[in-house]
Amino acid sequence: MQTEHEVLQEQFEDLEQQHEASTLGMWTFLATEVLFFGVIFTGYTVYRLSYPEEFRRASQHLYVTLGGPNTLVLITSSLTMALAVRGAQVGSRRTQLTCLALTMLLGLIFLGVKFTEYYIEYRAALIPVLRFDETPWAQQGLEPAHVKLFFVFYFIMTGLHAVHMIIGIALLGVLLVLAGRSWFSPVWYTPVEMVGLYWHFVDVIWIFLLPLLYLIGQQSLRMG
Amino acid sequence: MSTAVAEPQARAPEPARAERNYLNVSFGVMSWLFTRDHKRIAILYLVSITLMFFVGGAFAVLIRLELMTPEGDLVQPETYNKLFSMHGIIMVWFFLIPSIPATIGNFVLPMMLGAKDLAFPRINLASWWLYILAALVMLWAVIHGGVDTGWTFYPPFSTDATRTEVNATVLSIFIAGFSSIFTAMNFIVTVHRMRAPGLTWFRLPLFVWSMYATSLILVLATPVLAITLVLLALERLFGVGIFDPKLGGDPVLFQHLFWFYSHPAVYVMILPGMGVVSEVISCFARKPVFGYKFVAFASLAIALFGFLVWGHHLFVAGESIYAALVFSFLSYLVAVPSAIKVFNWTATLYKGAVSYETPMLYGLGFIGLFTIGGLTGLFVAALGVDVHVTDTYFVVAHFHYIMVGGMVMGYMAALHYWWPKMSGRMYPEGWAKLAALIIFLGFNLTFFPQFVLGYLGMPRRYHAYAPEFQVLNVLSTAGASILGVGYILPLIYLLWSLKYAPAAGPNPWGATGLEWQTASPPPPHNFPETPVVTGPPYQYQLEEDARAD
Amino acid sequence: MFAQMRLFPERASTMADRVDALFLFLLAVTGTMSILIALLVIWFAVRYRRGARGRYDPRLKGSILVETLWTVGPLLVFLVMFFWGASVYFRLYTSPEDATDIYVVGKQWMWKIQHPDGQREINELHVPVGQRIRLRMTSEDVIHSFFVPAFRTKHDVVPGRYSTLWFEPNRVGTYHLFCAEYCGTWHSRMIGSVVVMEPAQYQTWLDSHAEGSLALEGRKIFLKYRCLSCHNTSGTPHGPPLEELYGKLVLLEGGKRVTADEDYIRESILQPKAKVVAGFRPIMPTFQGQVSEEEVLKLIAYIRSLGRGETPPRVEETPPPIQEPAAESPGGPNP
Ligand code: HEA
Ligand code: HEA
Ligand code: HEC
Ligand code: CUA
Ligand SMILES: [Cu+2]
Repeated sequence: MQTEHEVLQEQFEDLEQQHEASTLGMWTFLATEVLFFGVIFTGYTVYRLSYPEEFRRASQHLYVTLGGPNTLVLITSSLTMALAVRGAQVGSRRTQLTCLALTMLLGLIFLGVKFTEYYIEYRAALIPVLRFDETPWAQQGLEPAHVKLFFVFYFIMTGLHAVHMIIGIALLGVLLVLAGRSWFSPVWYTPVEMVGLYWHFVDVIWIFLLPLLYLIGQQSLRMG
Repeated sequence: MSTAVAEPQARAPEPARAERNYLNVSFGVMSWLFTRDHKRIAILYLVSITLMFFVGGAFAVLIRLELMTPEGDLVQPETYNKLFSMHGIIMVWFFLIPSIPATIGNFVLPMMLGAKDLAFPRINLASWWLYILAALVMLWAVIHGGVDTGWTFYPPFSTDATRTEVNATVLSIFIAGFSSIFTAMNFIVTVHRMRAPGLTWFRLPLFVWSMYATSLILVLATPVLAITLVLLALERLFGVGIFDPKLGGDPVLFQHLFWFYSHPAVYVMILPGMGVVSEVISCFARKPVFGYKFVAFASLAIALFGFLVWGHHLFVAGESIYAALVFSFLSYLVAVPSAIKVFNWTATLYKGAVSYETPMLYGLGFIGLFTIGGLTGLFVAALGVDVHVTDTYFVVAHFHYIMVGGMVMGYMAALHYWWPKMSGRMYPEGWAKLAALIIFLGFNLTFFPQFVLGYLGMPRRYHAYAPEFQVLNVLSTAGASILGVGYILPLIYLLWSLKYAPAAGPNPWGATGLEWQTASPPPPHNFPETPVVTGPPYQYQLEEDARAD
Repeated sequence: MFAQMRLFPERASTMADRVDALFLFLLAVTGTMSILIALLVIWFAVRYRRGARGRYDPRLKGSILVETLWTVGPLLVFLVMFFWGASVYFRLYTSPEDATDIYVVGKQWMWKIQHPDGQREINELHVPVGQRIRLRMTSEDVIHSFFVPAFRTKHDVVPGRYSTLWFEPNRVGTYHLFCAEYCGTWHSRMIGSVVVMEPAQYQTWLDSHAEGSLALEGRKIFLKYRCLSCHNTSGTPHGPPLEELYGKLVLLEGGKRVTADEDYIRESILQPKAKVVAGFRPIMPTFQGQVSEEEVLKLIAYIRSLGRGETPPRVEETPPPIQEPAAESPGGPNP
């Protein structure tokens, strides 16, 4: 376990100041992330308002049966992440290690499911640029270009989210190694807490993505 | 009652000769390239952006040479289009945005707070490396033929029509964006968490307030640009259709997103200058800045309201009349805090004890030229006039008055004001005053005729133009060559001063402010021991009060 | 270069006066303010220079009253600017009901214009004075912007949608038309002119450019026989430009003069060597047997209609069908 002296960086007066600085820095970073995603959400909204019918019908081709349960996976991972932070806080190495590993695992499961969806969509020729079949849409009297826009947003939004997940999993990997070496202590566990913040943020993004992308066509699906 | 000025004395004793300072603690290239000292990083930035300024300036020289004659006979139109595009891109993202924050801000902000360094020194270093990476990608793009979209990258031209290096350029701006975000994050956290004991918010120098406002904008606006450019690159690479009318997309959406970033960004290109002017005017008038709190809050107001006016760049692009009304109205609102600042600076001079060293000359020049630039902003914010003058040289003159007449003047003021602190040496005052004069005259000759040209209707981004515009263009070119000389002079005498000029001592200007209480150049961690602040900034005093202390 | 210089643009539409009035108002207010501020700064800097005794007072730190004054004062002035600007904009951008529609298509790098009765033109727009015109504009490729400084109005021309722009010209003349939105290599050459004509002249112009009119047919024939390769207005043409020729007195080689009427033009086409224009070599080939009578009629109608600056730009680069002067006329006129 490291002593206070070892972890205190020279520009700070004490550990408390260092901790506060890191926390504020992380929140600032998350603010930039909000705007980063915000732009795509805005673009999505603009086109969904312009082409409501196409967006609704295109949305029905996503697999809620995969995306829905995947959300649960992610929420659970947020829970294990919180427990990992708690573990670091109270100085329990075992809790830390198990929870970090669990979080990583859940993250990987999420990505696995996500990529399965991508594969299914590839087979169904729903990926603009790569493989897209316009005819079925045109036959339904929809404008294929506008349907494509829906899928473009779907792939950009979920893709960007997946990139964030991958970065998160990599960070968890680093934490796991450090925790294995008993790096963190109740005196200083800031990195665990920061990665935790990041992980929760990425989860929250998904909570927004799910209804925007998967659920907009649901109601009418039920009605017929 | 005697009303002579008290010359504040540096409280720190004159340092011993061979004192350790940030320049001589270690030597060698590596000790610089991988330094974590904010002062060294500031110097690295200073060197880099100076280089980029002259690259951008060289493009400007070629632009002006081409525009001497109406025929468009010096370079091919393709070349001309690349010239102004790369001029704009380099000047905005590689010079003006990092200019004051990353150099002067990096150097003095921690000292003004009484801190040892910024909160995240490694991120600060990463910021500079990202900047260098971005600059290299940009220069690669320039060498591989450059880009001809203008600095605004409007699709469908940028996505469909042009065959130039759009992707590389966009990538370089993307990277440079992260470099600014890193600097800004660092500043925000440092201002919040690392102020010296006793340094409350309203004891902060106004430069810190302006840096703080600037950082807020950078953090909140830059990601918008980053993702917008990603979408643009996707559009260009794969034709995804988001901005392509043929595929159901909307090219004007790009303009909204671009200006949602770029309007706030223009305030990034003025707020730091305003901060410098507050410091300089107060120091050389020996008075606290008039209406301190108003000036401080004006910075925040500009930063926040600046996010609500982007649509004033789209008055003729097809936004609805009602949207245009709202954006015009808000543009007038955001002009009010700038007016407050100008009036307060003027009032600061009243009953001061004004001296005219070079930083002050630039400071006064800033007030005049920024006012002209800002007031012409009121012309373009007036809907009825903007329809006529948008995309003409009137707009070009408007923003050069603010960005060159304002911000570059502010940057020069800062450079001269803190040069003794940074280098430990005085610069040669006579030469510096001469250069300031040349720059002022050359600047006005370059850009004033452009207002006239603009109202006459000469469109911008024109490689060839109607012959009746020639006289004014020749004047402008003549001015630019004078301006060029004015900018080369400081380069020479500042370098000269590093070796030959007399030592400056800790506080050559008799200024208040923590940064003047430590040695010049400062020691590695700025202060021998953390200073304690007991009062507001700018405590200039009458002589007898000072003696009574 | 000085001769053509001006400091204030021409005014040729009803809106121009309104825009100028607003502009001059802004100029007066902001001009006063900047001079005021400059004078104050200079005055303070000089009067309160260091060493000037008895005036220094660093205790002056601010005053809520003054701050309020110079916050509210400018705000009120700005509000006037806003409302005035908005009202002018409203007029500029809401087109009247009774306007005549003309269609405009921008493409890299030209303006294609079509009048209601089908007359087409490129980079030129003919309009009658005193009548409200509404342009309906779109683009074939990238964004352009239709800008007529003398009318003080412009609007972007965006692919995938129609934009409108209206004006009411009130002075006869020829005015600049610029593309104001950057659109690529020849953005600066995407220019042309707006010709404001008396209504009667405009009617003649319309007639001579009507689809199926003799003159328009003649234009096609003129292009078909490549008359343009000699009779153009760019550089140094092989033959005399034909603009505004009809009805003029022509100075011939040898000093004689002749009025350019139908007969003369007909003869010039069929037996060019009969009457040679002073200053030119007799290189024009005879078109006897090539052009039919009907075609000659149409050619004449076209040449009659050809006004100043209306010769089409020379596009093709094939050499003209020059008929070298035969040996029997050595020492022909040598320009
Ligand atoms: C540092 C950069 C900077 C700054 C600070 C500003 C400041 C302002 N700008 Fe400017 N602007 C640009 C850089 C900047 N601008 C650039 C780069 C472009 C063009 C981009 C492109 O197309 O390439 C542009 C374009 C631009 C446009 C679009 C023009 C067009 O393309 O058609 C508009 C329209 O409203 C505008 C308005 C304003 C206003 C109202 C302010 C205000 O904030 C100004 C406020 C200041 C004052 C008003 C002066 C001080 C006030 C007084 C002294 C009070 C006087 C009192 C009375 C009059 C009573 N700007
Ligand atoms: C942000 C800062 C900034 C700065 C500092 C400048 C500085 C200058 N700018 Fe810049 N300018 C922009 C930002 C800036 N500009 C932007 C954003 C645009 C819009 C681009 C677009 O439309 O997309 C623009 C466009 C622009 C145009 C309009 C082009 C057009 O629309 O066709 C012109 C024309 O005169 C111009 C001129 C100048 C001049 C003369 C300077 C001078 O101040 C420069 C002075 C510096 C020097 C003179 C350098 C001295 C160095 C040397 C002399 C060395 C020379 C070396 C060699 C030749 C090898 N600029
Ligand atoms: C090879 C060049 C050439 C071509 C092709 C040519 N011209 Fe000419 N044209 C001339 C020259 C040279 C003159 C002046 C000498 C002359 O009068 O013969 C002239 C003179 C004329 C004139 C008299 C002009 C005046 O100013 O009085 C008319 C009318 C005319 N051409 C019509 C035509 C028409 C119609 C055609 C096509 C069917 C045509 N030309 C094709 C070279 C050409
Ligand atoms: Cu078309 Cu510029
Ligand atoms: Cu703006």
